Amino acid sequence: MNNIKSQENKNKVQRFFINNAVPLLFILFAVLAIPMSDLSVEYLIAEMITRLARYSFLVLALLIPVIAGMGMNFGIVLGAMAGQIGLIFVMDWNVMGIPAFFLAIIISMPLAIFLGWMAGIALNHAKGREMVTSYILGFFINGVYQLIVLYSMGSIIPISNSQIVLPRGYGIRNAIDLVNLRKSVDRLIPLEINGIEIPVMTFILVAILCVFIIWFRKTKLGQDMRAVGQNMEVARNAGIPVERTRILAIVISTVLACIGQIIFLQNIGTMNTYNSHEQIGMFSIAALLVGGASVAKASIKNAFVGIILFHIMFVVAPRAGKTLMGEAQIGEYFRVFVSYAIIAIALALHAWRKNKEAEFARRSLRVDADAAGTSE
Amino acid sequence: MMEKIKDFIEAAGWPRLIIGLFLLVLFITAPFVEVNIFTSISDVIVRFGMWGILVLAMVPMVQGGCGLNFGLPLGIIAGLLGAVTSVELQLTGIGGFLSAVAIAVPFGIGLGLLYGVLLNRVKGDEMTIALYVGFSSVAAMSMAWLKLPYKSPDMIWAYGGSGLRTTISVEKFWYHSLNDFWTIQIGEHFYFPTGMILFFALMCLLVWAFFHTKTGTAMTAAGSNPEYARASGVNVNKMRIISVVLSTVLGAVGIIVYEQSFGFIQLYLGPFWMAFPAVAGILLGGASVHKATIMNVIVGTFLFQGILTMTPSVINNIIQTDMSETIRIIVSNGLILYALTRTITIKSAKVKA
Repeated sequence: MNNIKSQENKNKVQRFFINNAVPLLFILFAVLAIPMSDLSVEYLIAEMITRLARYSFLVLALLIPVIAGMGMNFGIVLGAMAGQIGLIFVMDWNVMGIPAFFLAIIISMPLAIFLGWMAGIALNHAKGREMVTSYILGFFINGVYQLIVLYSMGSIIPISNSQIVLPRGYGIRNAIDLVNLRKSVDRLIPLEINGIEIPVMTFILVAILCVFIIWFRKTKLGQDMRAVGQNMEVARNAGIPVERTRILAIVISTVLACIGQIIFLQNIGTMNTYNSHEQIGMFSIAALLVGGASVAKASIKNAFVGIILFHIMFVVAPRAGKTLMGEAQIGEYFRVFVSYAIIAIALALHAWRKNKEAEFARRSLRVDADAAGTSE
Repeated sequence: MMEKIKDFIEAAGWPRLIIGLFLLVLFITAPFVEVNIFTSISDVIVRFGMWGILVLAMVPMVQGGCGLNFGLPLGIIAGLLGAVTSVELQLTGIGGFLSAVAIAVPFGIGLGLLYGVLLNRVKGDEMTIALYVGFSSVAAMSMAWLKLPYKSPDMIWAYGGSGLRTTISVEKFWYHSLNDFWTIQIGEHFYFPTGMILFFALMCLLVWAFFHTKTGTAMTAAGSNPEYARASGVNVNKMRIISVVLSTVLGAVGIIVYEQSFGFIQLYLGPFWMAFPAVAGILLGGASVHKATIMNVIVGTFLFQGILTMTPSVINNIIQTDMSETIRIIVSNGLILYALTRTITIKSAKVKA
């Protein structure tokens, strides 16, 4: 009997490490690399607050498709592109401050809904490989985005502000200075603690989104999504419109990503018209996975822990690389390496964990049978 | 007559037909917009030879049931190691090329084995993970290129900086060593890289022959129906690993052929996106996520590289704008998207029937 108990404890410990392997790895990295980087704690805290404000909304946008069993939605770049098109128009019309922020959201929202709806239909045709498909979808729509922004804006679509149009007369410039709405949301409610600026309003928006997600999970639609995520066939037999539910999950995610991108860009203050959106999917997903999420399960806690751990790595790696290897370039490559490797490892671990979990389940059955056998 | 046309459309498939017609239109319009047709045809043939083996590298993994090889950069890295080592050893000419291949193959086998073992643990999610294996291995190798102890002055920075250069010229070593083998030059503009095309044909033949051996047949069986294959005594996991190793080795050989024609070895983030044109190529040739043939490789590479070569020269001359990059993005990713969303529809149609 004792043997079984100690075995169970051992299993519990093993299970804890398996379930949290990725975040533990990153905590270990942070503990080792922070002293090597020579960065002050104040600097790191300030940096983390900025980055939490910048990325939270985007990372949280990933949660709903996970509930619906569609994995990590690389298609949030679609929402990001919609958001950027909204920002281009706002810059063209010279709207200022908070109205600009809301106007950009209003303009890009229909576009985000449309793109999300399309993506949802595409993913319904690629069940079982949603992630690869949403990833390629991002590239494809990026081509269409270039066609619109680089070739049609200023020629077919009228743009009057010469500040944002390329000198050749059409197409939008590579970098747009978002003077009109730089930090307009962040600084709406000004607050400074120890010289660290706190973007209160942005955090309020993030908090509202968190409440929305918690509430959403309890609604009929949220419950339907969970059912679809667990087993599509069972859900279909229970009368849930599976295809429609999946499309809605992607639409919500895309719209949230669109708002998230606008928040992200108002914080940064300049928009790289052709690059700002490209990395968003990868960074947000890497952050969420670092926070301990998996393809099948992701929580709000995972999002915040992940953003902090991932971005500590991001800030610290080049400096640590310089101290350790005498070269900042190594740290740069290390950063790229970790961002991609972490997704590979987290996905592979998820598959491995699935197998292990099945094994645990079998073992517990066996223990029950053994116990039953001895009592007889 | 109508029946025949219908049959042909069915056999060729709409995407190939549309792209093929588009390519034909480009060739026809070329002379009218002052693009030399002979130069264009030569360019298409050269690029066909450069990409052929890289596209061929997709076949074993698709046939073995591991899906599209988005992890092609891993094979490319093995090829780069071979190429860089042969330059370090100052090997030239066709011998230099062959030794680069000989050095690259063991690296390809080693990396392919690891990659194969990993993919066996993540059945069902191969493509997503392959994508990230490719990306992360390129980044990991970027760190290595900075630190590997290569000494040849042809490859390291002349002053300042450390490690290998981002692009290394092979002009002094084995530049065009295949292209200029039995080369045919007609007039001023037409040029046929016989050696490279022959080498590609040889590789196709080898792969074709492999799939007609006992192992090759077992691999196809393991790919198309793993349960059935297991029941008939095929070691499915072993077959999958062999297919991954083969794909990786072909990727290694392919990149060296590419470089001897291109003239440069591109290190660091160079191989990052190279899987996508290869994937798009084979899909355009009519392959699916589950089935690919040598014919798919040949047709697909020709059409895809044809489009990539012809659109910049022709379209740009017509509309006076360089839209080639955008067109490339839309066409190649559109094709991949089409393939990813198509197969499942066919499957569900079958279920209904």
